[in-house]
Amino acid sequence: MKDYAGPIELSLRINGETRRVQARPGDSLLRLLRERLGLTGTKCGCENGDCGACTVLVDGAPIKSCMALAVECEGSDILTIEGLRGHPVQKAFAVENGFQCGFCTPGMILNAVALLSAHPEEDEEADREWMQSNICRCTGYEGIRLALASARRSLKD
Amino acid sequence: MTRTSQLGSSPERSDAPAKTSGALRYTDDRVRPGTLHAAVLYSPHAHADIGRIDCAAALAFPGVRGAFTGADWPDVLIGLYMGDKPPLARGRVRYYGEPVAVVVADDEAAALEALRLIRADFTPLPALGSPREALAPGAPILHPDLGSYRRIAAILPEPGSNVANRSRIRKGDADAALASSPVVVEGEFSFPPGDHAAMEPRVAIAEFGLDGRLTVGSSTQSPFGVRTLLSKALGLPERDIEVIAAPVGGGFGGKAGIQLEPLACLLAMRFPGRPVRLANTREADMVSSPGRPGLQSRVRVGATREGMIQAMDMELLFDSGAYADYAVNVSRAAAVACTGPYNVPNVKADTLCVYTNHPFATAFRGFGHIELSYATERALDLLAARLGMDPLELRLKNAARPGHTTPTGATLDPNTGDLPACIARVRERLDWDAGRRAVLPDGRIRAKGIACFWKAPAIPTFTDAAATLSFAEDGSAVLATGVVELGQGSFDGLRLIVAEALGMDLAMVRVLRDADTDRSPHDWTTAASRSLFMAGRAALEAVADAVAQIKRVASAPLRCPEEDLEVSGGRVFLRDDPEQGLPLSTVVLGYVYPNGNAIGGPVIGRGRYIARGLSGMDPDTGEGRPGLEWTMGAEGVEVELDPRDGGFRVTKAACAMDVGRLIHPALARGQVVGAMGMGIGYATREAFVFDSRQGVQNGSLRDYKLLRYGEEPEYFADFVETPQGDGPYGARGLGEQGIIGMPGAIAQAASLAAGVELNELPLTPEHLWRAMREARS
Repeated sequence: MKDYAGPIELSLRINGETRRVQARPGDSLLRLLRERLGLTGTKCGCENGDCGACTVLVDGAPIKSCMALAVECEGSDILTIEGLRGHPVQKAFAVENGFQCGFCTPGMILNAVALLSAHPEEDEEADREWMQSNICRCTGYEGIRLALASARRSLKD
Repeated sequence: MTRTSQLGSSPERSDAPAKTSGALRYTDDRVRPGTLHAAVLYSPHAHADIGRIDCAAALAFPGVRGAFTGADWPDVLIGLYMGDKPPLARGRVRYYGEPVAVVVADDEAAALEALRLIRADFTPLPALGSPREALAPGAPILHPDLGSYRRIAAILPEPGSNVANRSRIRKGDADAALASSPVVVEGEFSFPPGDHAAMEPRVAIAEFGLDGRLTVGSSTQSPFGVRTLLSKALGLPERDIEVIAAPVGGGFGGKAGIQLEPLACLLAMRFPGRPVRLANTREADMVSSPGRPGLQSRVRVGATREGMIQAMDMELLFDSGAYADYAVNVSRAAAVACTGPYNVPNVKADTLCVYTNHPFATAFRGFGHIELSYATERALDLLAARLGMDPLELRLKNAARPGHTTPTGATLDPNTGDLPACIARVRERLDWDAGRRAVLPDGRIRAKGIACFWKAPAIPTFTDAAATLSFAEDGSAVLATGVVELGQGSFDGLRLIVAEALGMDLAMVRVLRDADTDRSPHDWTTAASRSLFMAGRAALEAVADAVAQIKRVASAPLRCPEEDLEVSGGRVFLRDDPEQGLPLSTVVLGYVYPNGNAIGGPVIGRGRYIARGLSGMDPDTGEGRPGLEWTMGAEGVEVELDPRDGGFRVTKAACAMDVGRLIHPALARGQVVGAMGMGIGYATREAFVFDSRQGVQNGSLRDYKLLRYGEEPEYFADFVETPQGDGPYGARGLGEQGIIGMPGAIAQAASLAAGVELNELPLTPEHLWRAMREARS
């Protein structure tokens, strides 16, 4: 087990780049991304793991970055919304109005990206299980449901 | 040259690239280096005298720049309509979660660490847990200074009591009509307060510049309102205050008042030259910042045996919590519309905003109309049951139509929407006539419910909007308004309106989304479903003004009278000889002749709108015209109940609304569907749970359950289009309305399924299970 004390320098692979950054051992990945690296696309909705607005992908898996220590993520590939460029899921959320205020959207999109990669075929039960980890207060989920279906279709094409 | 209309098409939202890429910066995404961070100590008591607060140890903590209590600002009172709230509690706390002390430090971690070193003594007092408790003789008076608070004239507090505002409706003679009505029903209906739970917690970042100007970035729906109220609270002139509203991550009314800004500004004034960030945690956002009011109500309805309503007598008691904020106007709005969208010739209503020791309440989507609708719709259900009449038929029979009068005596004009048509659409969507209740083979019970709604914006009589239209070198147009982006879709509606009026490709029209009191045209507040209507009217005037300027400039090089010119398709040209014309790009910044001479200069279209013909209400009878335009509709649900355990879900939700004219159908649907989803949460799970001393037990998203993916029903959203004569292209407001009828419709369906009248929300499985068990025994 590795011990950390005082300010530390971390080397993190984020959106395909290696970023060296000063951190405290207790810094969450969320705080580090937003406050030290300026990656404010990752949102802070509850800091308690309840809302999913801070979801990022760590080695392809959706992680609530408020619940992960930055130090835990050394050696992993971190993908934030800023690293997702022109992905079919983004397009689908735009076309199907899978958002309104947009605050939950980065986390929702990243969770959906991971979901569709794990479950490329239609799977209502998996969709529900995965997407229930993120709250949207605006859409009533209709647009998000349509966006998932549409993204799944275009990813198969 | 004819162009097909773009109105009624559903182009992709113009903020889609920013919102799906993470590029959009909300207020808390704009923190500058060197910013100080504030952390707040919240009251652990709902009602207590504050003893000694010792901040010495906190002040000594490394990185701490200051620690403050209510005593630091002994004279400051804040309020929207009535100044009743200190920025930090003074002498007494009145709700669980009230800010008591604040630490300012170089970073948030230090501020939070130091906060734990503050010692505060409290002596708990008996806490008031409902409006009825607060109105009972001998109840503690929560605001002994109520009579001396600064307030606007429309708010009528009753000093010496806990009544923060009372609105009265006296239309016709309700007592006599009830006495002579062959059928009279009466019921009591209630629900506890709850929260907006917008996904973006509130944040304010204030800087008192070394130049003496105050700048505040805030997650607010009301930058201009915040500027005015800050000016009053801080004694700074409006010209020295700038409020910047970045796009907001969900408002729902919860960010429409003045909230974190005053404390952030007071702190900033102690540290000139350094921004101070005051950001809510989720828990603080739910409990310490305002939520929505609770309700206790009693309604009597008198009718003929044929089901024609003769009179309503109602008492709506709004649980405002510890401070008045927007709730004093919420209760007033409920009086304006108290009967719901029905023709009721005799009305007696008292709507009261009552102080309790609950978290305080502000505007919430629907603004008093969910409350009044729930109460009246439940009463109509009792009436339908008594008459043995289909609840849909009862509503159809009494539906408000043009020529009828509202509770305040205002006549519904021909702009009034077609409620019977809306009821008919819901009837079809839910296959209403196939039966309202059925037992499924597995024992579950399927039942349907319907409710109707109306809403007029509850706004000052002088509510305004403004717009400017300027142009870039490429001939593209830029619309600036003071509207705040909340996700509501107004901007794309405005964009379509401008494109339509200019005859321009949508791609050539941009709308600016940051509202900034120094730069944006004045706009009352982004609330009351009024942006598309009012800013839309202003935008149309701005387009007309710009077009006139374009024609004036172009008439010289085209050597023709201005009135022979037309603007469309990105050109200005001769109406009778369209080949003769100029691209707008050569005119909008001034026309330059081949020899270099120039004329005109940049075109700037100006547009304004102010509410038309509104008046206040008579304090004794409510008579007046406080409602600008009425949006009406009907909503219905289908629910499935498992009678064994009370488990139930809403399987279908239908709304039909008369929106005047559909501008952007997909976004209109988004508003209606989102509002229905929120209404399902409101009716079935969302409410604060209080302990015996009125502490909030579920002040986090772990315990305060919101609708999640897969729990949503099948949605139906239908639109009826009876044009609003004074609306832009006939449109009227539609953002809030979809929530209003849901609690009533769901309560009706759940009651039918359970076989017992359910008159309290939220309708949790436990609640249903208990009610069914009680009914059986």
